[in-house]
Amino acid sequence: MASNGLCPSIKNILLLDSEGKRVAVKYYSDDWPTNSSKLAFEKFVFTKTVKTNARTEAEITLLENNIVVYKFVQDLHFFVTGGDDENELILSSVLQGFFDAVTLLLRSNVDKSEALENLDLILLCLDEIVDGGIILETNGPLIAEKVTSHNMDADAPLSEQTLTQAWATARDTFTRTLLT
Amino acid sequence: MAQPLIKKDDDRDDEDNYSPFLGIEKGAVLQEARVFNDPQLDARRCSQVITKLLYLLNQGETFTKVEATEVFFSVTKLFQSRDLGLRRMVYLIIKELSPSADEVIIVTSSLMKDMNSKTDMYRANAIRVLCRITDGTLLTQIERYLKQAIVDKNPVVASAALVSGIHLLQTNPEIVKRWSNEVQEAVQSRAALVQFHALALLHQIRQNDRLAVSKLVTSLTRGSVRSPLAQCLLIRYTSQVIRESGNITQSGERPFYDFLESCLRHKSEMVIFEAAKAITDLNGVTSRELTPAITVLQLFLSSSKPVLRFAAVRTLNKVAMTHPMAVTNCNIDMESLISDQNRSIATLAITTLLKTGNESSVDRLMKQITNFMSDIADEFKIVVVEAIRSLCLKFPLKYRSLMNFLSNILREEGGFDYKKAIVDSIVILIRDIPDAKESGLLHLCEFIEDCEFTYLSTQILHFLGIEGPKTLDPSKYIRYIYNRVHLENATVRASAVSTLAKFGASVDGLKPRIFVLLRRCLFDSDDEVRDRATLYLNTLGGDTEIDNDAKDFLFGSLDIPLVNLETSLKKYEPSEEAFDINLVPKEVKSQPLAEKKAPGKKPTGGLGAPPSGPPSTVDSYEKQLLSIPEFANFGKPFKSSAPVELTEAETEYAVNVVKHIFDTHVVFQYNCTNTIPEQLLEDVIVVVDASEAEEFSQVISKPLRSLPYDSPGQIFVAFEKPEGLPTSGKFSNILRFIVKEVDPTSGEAEDDGVEDEYQLEDLEVVAADYILKVGVSNFRNAWESMDPDSERVDEYGLGPREGLSEAVNTVITLLGMQPCEGTEVVPPNSRSHTCLLSGVFIGGVKVLVRLSFGLDGAKDVAMKLAVRSDDVTVSDAIHEIVASG
Repeated sequence: MASNGLCPSIKNILLLDSEGKRVAVKYYSDDWPTNSSKLAFEKFVFTKTVKTNARTEAEITLLENNIVVYKFVQDLHFFVTGGDDENELILSSVLQGFFDAVTLLLRSNVDKSEALENLDLILLCLDEIVDGGIILETNGPLIAEKVTSHNMDADAPLSEQTLTQAWATARDTFTRTLLT
Repeated sequence: MAQPLIKKDDDRDDEDNYSPFLGIEKGAVLQEARVFNDPQLDARRCSQVITKLLYLLNQGETFTKVEATEVFFSVTKLFQSRDLGLRRMVYLIIKELSPSADEVIIVTSSLMKDMNSKTDMYRANAIRVLCRITDGTLLTQIERYLKQAIVDKNPVVASAALVSGIHLLQTNPEIVKRWSNEVQEAVQSRAALVQFHALALLHQIRQNDRLAVSKLVTSLTRGSVRSPLAQCLLIRYTSQVIRESGNITQSGERPFYDFLESCLRHKSEMVIFEAAKAITDLNGVTSRELTPAITVLQLFLSSSKPVLRFAAVRTLNKVAMTHPMAVTNCNIDMESLISDQNRSIATLAITTLLKTGNESSVDRLMKQITNFMSDIADEFKIVVVEAIRSLCLKFPLKYRSLMNFLSNILREEGGFDYKKAIVDSIVILIRDIPDAKESGLLHLCEFIEDCEFTYLSTQILHFLGIEGPKTLDPSKYIRYIYNRVHLENATVRASAVSTLAKFGASVDGLKPRIFVLLRRCLFDSDDEVRDRATLYLNTLGGDTEIDNDAKDFLFGSLDIPLVNLETSLKKYEPSEEAFDINLVPKEVKSQPLAEKKAPGKKPTGGLGAPPSGPPSTVDSYEKQLLSIPEFANFGKPFKSSAPVELTEAETEYAVNVVKHIFDTHVVFQYNCTNTIPEQLLEDVIVVVDASEAEEFSQVISKPLRSLPYDSPGQIFVAFEKPEGLPTSGKFSNILRFIVKEVDPTSGEAEDDGVEDEYQLEDLEVVAADYILKVGVSNFRNAWESMDPDSERVDEYGLGPREGLSEAVNTVITLLGMQPCEGTEVVPPNSRSHTCLLSGVFIGGVKVLVRLSFGLDGAKDVAMKLAVRSDDVTVSDAIHEIVASG
């Protein structure tokens, strides 16, 4: 998305593994037009940040005129990129929202294999956070709720009930996390 | 007991490497996608297949148009299922596939149905997908629903509609602008994010209407905004309004400043920071206005969150450039950040401290930085080196400790760019701080003793050759230089030979010794080294009097860009006529002088290296012109102007013109670009009306056979004019052509075309077109060497002007000459100024101009113009130009 005036805009959200490989990524700007330029950016960001300790608090750096905020957990590396005049705290709130939502969706088992097992949830999650560079929602629990709101159509056949159950478990975990 | 334990470990290993997408392959997944067509849909399985497809797309796999379209069509069948989870995945894949698939519009009806569903999630997502694939006509059909959705009581639906509106505004502004009422209602929403999205859209709808934006800001700053994100937006809009309103009111209060200041007490850090940043960015911010913002930023500096510390120190760093005093309060907090785990924060802290530090704290700072330098990356080190350089220029008395620091880090490990930054810094310090010269040169000498970069060694040797002989004891450098002749590669050896020769030429006492050394170089294994040694021995040797010409030739600075010299030499063909170095064009864009004035900037030619010539557009024009037989007898073009735009930006046809001046002719080169894909232009000509340019008569017009979309073409029109005179005139231009429709799919043009024309802007040939910008290195010498009889002096009143510098620039532009010795810059608040210009007039006549400006009364500027040139008529001509300008 070219210009959204003064509106805060997100250039990309990346979820990489501990070797810098893609788990799920989403680009919203035209700064990286080809897949190879995207991969190059991911590799660059990964190598520049891999040695830092971003496990307790989100870390931040300025790379190639972009601000990158990032956080690591287990073998997953979360990144959010914005332009160099973007409010760093807005970017960090997006990162936090993404991170919290993923934690809820993966029921606190935040690691690569779990993320891949539930890739559909991760992708939906990305879809609910940012739309074309514009922030949709930054509240982790709300994002997770939007992703998992698999309640049935009023007259859904009983055979598809299994998903309702799945959703119920997700909701349980989610409320539990909220309470703690 | 041990057995199960090991087994568990094995399991774990497997699990680590396991991926549900292991060995996934596009072809197989596309096969699997056939389940979408099953009459009995298995929602779970379909979801899985979609996930696999999304996984492939996410990994960068590309689908061909046929593949994408096929998948897309079968996905649309899934709208039959009522499974919500599956529907979500369907929305997602439609969005991913829509850019690459054909006929995406077929899903419209399904999406429109979902858009009116009772399920909120359906509505929200259907809106987002639909707006992604919609076009203008479809949008009018669904507009009614979108307006409804904007004020939907479900925030997710409202946000979806609003965000889609922001995207659609780029493509269909006139439609989105009609939603203004609904959007305004949504701004009052209780839901935080809806408010944010509504505000963003409302502002974008009104952004071209300053008054409306100002009203919007006024009403909202009274406090109805709840969401932090919306509040951040409001702060940005407010600073925009402040910026555009420009002035501070009578009482010295800035409108809306109170609002920004109150945001510093907001409960959200995001808003506090946005407000602090906005205040520091205010135009001409006063220290009283800055203080509260600096205070909150200072608090952030000691936050436990790296993001906050980073944001704060980055903003303070920027403030320190303009208001170093305002930041000094934070120095203690900043110093503790030097050891921050996050190296970006530490670097920013250091460079801020270097900017705000006072003379007494320099030594302490340098100690802290020395510890810090060893564990940061090269790119951060470069930033620090540059900051130290400007610090040293600020406190010249402290050069000793700073120079020591630079030489210490020069000895440590580092890459080329880092080393180059250090060497450049030392060179600049040597140049600007006379006291630092001796020690700086010795540091450089030591560095080349053990330097792995040929480029840096040669540059330093060159620099030594210039500066070394001017020192008190030039002989101590000889050893370092001669060592290079023994120990280095051929490139460095050759430049060491040149440097030795320079010492020999400039310091008579050293000459015999240099000769001995140079003679030894005659036996070098490399021919360049031998050649140089022979050349220098011959030019310096023999007579004690060194021929001035030879000295100039060898050691004077070459005032011709090397690139230009190279092309001229390549073009030269052996003939009766000898190669004339004076004919080489001398136009250079970069000015080493200006760079010296601004040491903070990237030192491109820091080592006095010849500035690389501009990409020689002049030469390419010349080639182009010479290849046209009609122009062959015009001779060589004297000057080619920079392109002048004859059309507004973003019009159907883009045309600019380059004026080529010859002795008796002028050639206009019209560069045309056709920006309409559906059109092919044929037989394109420019009809030039020269009725306001009486002394010009058109001789040749070269039309353009065809001008397809987006491939520029040239039209030439040539005029005859009186020889050697700066004839001026005004030309009006019309572009005339035959336009043919082009079928966008096949790219073929129709046979029949229609004649059409397009008005271009007028074009003027002015006196400045006849003068080449050619600088002289020493204006005074040049001036005095010219015949005083050729001098013509007169005074002019320029009338009321904005200021001296505006007057100076006007005259420089009018004459089109090269300002010398930086005299084009007028110091602020001065009442008088002298500007020196030099150039070459058509016919190759050298001209020098001395302009004395004075302020007469409040705004009136008076100017005295003195001209000297090789030809008295040219001096008169310059006066005529000024008189008629």
